[in-house]
Amino acid sequence: MNLLQQLTQYLFSGLATGAIYALIGLGFAIIYNAAGIINFAQGEFVMLGGMLTHFFLMVKFPGSVAMAAAVVVATALGAAFERLTIRPLRQPTPLSLVIITIGGSILIRGVAMLVWGKDTHVLPPFSGNEPITIAGAVIMPQHLWICCVTLLVIAANKFFFYHTVSGKAMRACSFNRTAAGLVGIDVRKMVLLSFAISSAMGAMAGIIIAPLTMTSYDVGVMLGLKGFCAAIIGGMSSGFATVLGGLLLGLLESFGAGLISSGYKDAIAFIILLLILFIRPQGLFSKAQTERV
Amino acid sequence: MLRIEGITQIFGGLRALENVSVTVRQGLITGVIGPNGAGKTTLFNIITGLYTQTSGKVFLDGTDISGFPPERLATLGLVRTFQNIEMFSRMTVLENVLVGLHTRSRSGILACALKLPWHLAEERRMREDAFRRLEFCGITDLAHIVAGALPFGKCRLVEIARAMAVNPRLLLMDEPAAGLNSRETAELEELLRKIQEAGATVVLVEHDMELVMNICDAIVVLNLGKKLAHGTPRQIQENPEVIKAYLGEG
Amino acid sequence: MKRDYLLFLLFILVVLAAPLAFRGYLLNVLIFMGINTMLAVALNLLLGFAGQISLGHAAFFGLGAYLSGILTATYGCNPWLALAVAAVAVGLLAFGLGFPILKLQGHYLAMATLGFGIIVNIVFNETVAYTGGPSGLSGIPNLRLGRTRFDGDLKNYYLIWTFTLATMLLGINLAHSRIGRALRAIHDSEVAARVMGVNARILKVQVFTLSAIISAVAGSLYAHTMMFIAPASFGFTFSVELVTMVIIGGLGNIFGSFLGAALLTILPELLRVVRDYDIVVYGLLLIVMTMYMPGGLAGGVAALARWIRTTRNRSVDHAQD
Repeated sequence: MNLLQQLTQYLFSGLATGAIYALIGLGFAIIYNAAGIINFAQGEFVMLGGMLTHFFLMVKFPGSVAMAAAVVVATALGAAFERLTIRPLRQPTPLSLVIITIGGSILIRGVAMLVWGKDTHVLPPFSGNEPITIAGAVIMPQHLWICCVTLLVIAANKFFFYHTVSGKAMRACSFNRTAAGLVGIDVRKMVLLSFAISSAMGAMAGIIIAPLTMTSYDVGVMLGLKGFCAAIIGGMSSGFATVLGGLLLGLLESFGAGLISSGYKDAIAFIILLLILFIRPQGLFSKAQTERV
Repeated sequence: MLRIEGITQIFGGLRALENVSVTVRQGLITGVIGPNGAGKTTLFNIITGLYTQTSGKVFLDGTDISGFPPERLATLGLVRTFQNIEMFSRMTVLENVLVGLHTRSRSGILACALKLPWHLAEERRMREDAFRRLEFCGITDLAHIVAGALPFGKCRLVEIARAMAVNPRLLLMDEPAAGLNSRETAELEELLRKIQEAGATVVLVEHDMELVMNICDAIVVLNLGKKLAHGTPRQIQENPEVIKAYLGEG
Repeated sequence: MKRDYLLFLLFILVVLAAPLAFRGYLLNVLIFMGINTMLAVALNLLLGFAGQISLGHAAFFGLGAYLSGILTATYGCNPWLALAVAAVAVGLLAFGLGFPILKLQGHYLAMATLGFGIIVNIVFNETVAYTGGPSGLSGIPNLRLGRTRFDGDLKNYYLIWTFTLATMLLGINLAHSRIGRALRAIHDSEVAARVMGVNARILKVQVFTLSAIISAVAGSLYAHTMMFIAPASFGFTFSVELVTMVIIGGLGNIFGSFLGAALLTILPELLRVVRDYDIVVYGLLLIVMTMYMPGGLAGGVAALARWIRTTRNRSVDHAQD
């Protein structure tokens, strides 16, 4: 493969992983905007998407039913998590919220390990294993699925938040929770809904990436963190900025790993995270605002 | 003593303060009044270093203190209290006041960790000083109670004792009478006089007109971000502009 | 305050006497308990006193261990000198890092420290030439004092616990001092603390640096005791364990940090039969403790003591009827 082909290869794989990070990042942003919480457990729902699908396939569910069931179960777990641990919290300080969501993520991971063991599993790709060659680069059909599903989810997202009552209510919560409550929006239900949506999106992300990267009980940690990084780059926006953040991250990782060193691939995301947090914590794409006390 | 020159504060599309200039004379109790949204708390936040003004300057005894952070202002003798009482709720009353003595003590992190002898002497001195502040506000009996457990009126006194521990030259108080009943307000009036006698200059934002008229030597009136008037209580009461601002036309 | 020092005196006696009751493998566990207590107290200064979240403290522990290990194993440096160099180097790093990172609050600070911890761990794994990579670094010499080599469990026990007790004493001193109050003030209301003249920015960096230095010293001691270190011990999982220890023990309570460290050192041993349940237990502990026992074990002990006192007073009253 000549250099151009290599670069194209990096480009495509970067966009694909970037799309996944975008989906996960949106999950973070949605909860943050509705509830003011960073859900450290977000990555575990990505893991659950893949692992649950594998489980349902093992018990002989047909492919698409297995995936749907996985999403449903993950969503239910996300809602349960909010109901059982977040909502009854008596002192919702940032510290206690961080600790609880970390505890939740550890718990989910631990249970997954007990139930399914430590093996990695392969999920069958949606439409076969025949590589497609575009511009000299080799991509799998799964990459195309990733792009399509991501676009669909983003479109559905946009539609939900801008054209449905619940969606607009959630946006109202993110602007001003007290005011939203005062005009009759059930803020607690919005928080629950945000967890449900984020878990669903996380699970979907997990399902579409699993055929490419395999799945096991501990894939959630890194994916979650990188998704968070995407959301930070996008300034915690529930829309396009986070998607761009994800794609940017995916591309930087891909090119970095390919051109510089693959061992440090994971470090790239975190170095970017630190740089953004230090220099421009409001994200790359929002206008700088004056500090308000 | 405190001179504010041409302070303008713009938040996005909102002009919270427009070219406000005020001179506060030393030793007086000056009240800042005005209808809601007049910009009183914004002005306070600018003077006390929590906001940065869009334009204009603030001078303390001739020194330009514009943009100084709160911790630096404390070393210059400028302290404020908060409308919502920012109490250190998990510390005792005595510990709260001891924090007020932070600028008047010097032990650093290593001296404290290693319990060096001069640190111990300083601690003793600080405790004595703190008790004197509690006495000043009449709350010595509350010394070892956790601040978070106290009723609002008592918290107000703790906050004042804490602020006085800094030995302020200028004390800014944001609605000190808010949430107090009439007995507590009368006690506050007493305390404010004592503070004035002790040599501090006081500026207070207030809505309680009776307190303001009773205790203030001078009053500044703000309305819609602009300074409307500055004079003695009698002058303010008879100022037609002020009456119009509060009661409307007709 | 006097009560804390009396308790500490009692604690010293217990620590000195413990090897009489515990030998062999159990003594080894107690050595780990010492290291963990040191780390928990260090983190407590930052997390419990100043209220700043760090999910990357294992990185300082690891940096201390690797710097000390490499200097002695590869370059033949004197172990005590290596320990000092590691402490200073990590201190400088923490000081420099502290300024930008502690500008962040809450979740963002948590994520930034997490990111830092992971970057450091990746560096441990990748700089194979120096660190030996994932398979670890071996051949780290023991510490020596005069003619004594710290090469056995008993000697190491006393060595480690000397440092641990010193750390605890530092913590107790700090708690009842001007700086301790300033830190707690920052935790309760940073705005009001600043208005009172507390330079929150600098103080946060100072306590961050102190916390890092203590962790690095613990790392160095760990390296010379174990004589072998590997990156896996210094990752995100361990950082979370440290936070768990501090939370379970009780934020801001030095003895609580010992309780938390003790519990989490013993737990893997107890659960060895049901090996893989430990993660689940940690997760549950974190959740349950945060929801129902925000004062941690120390808070629980204090509440228990209060309850005993009031019950005893009540029964005395009844007896007098």
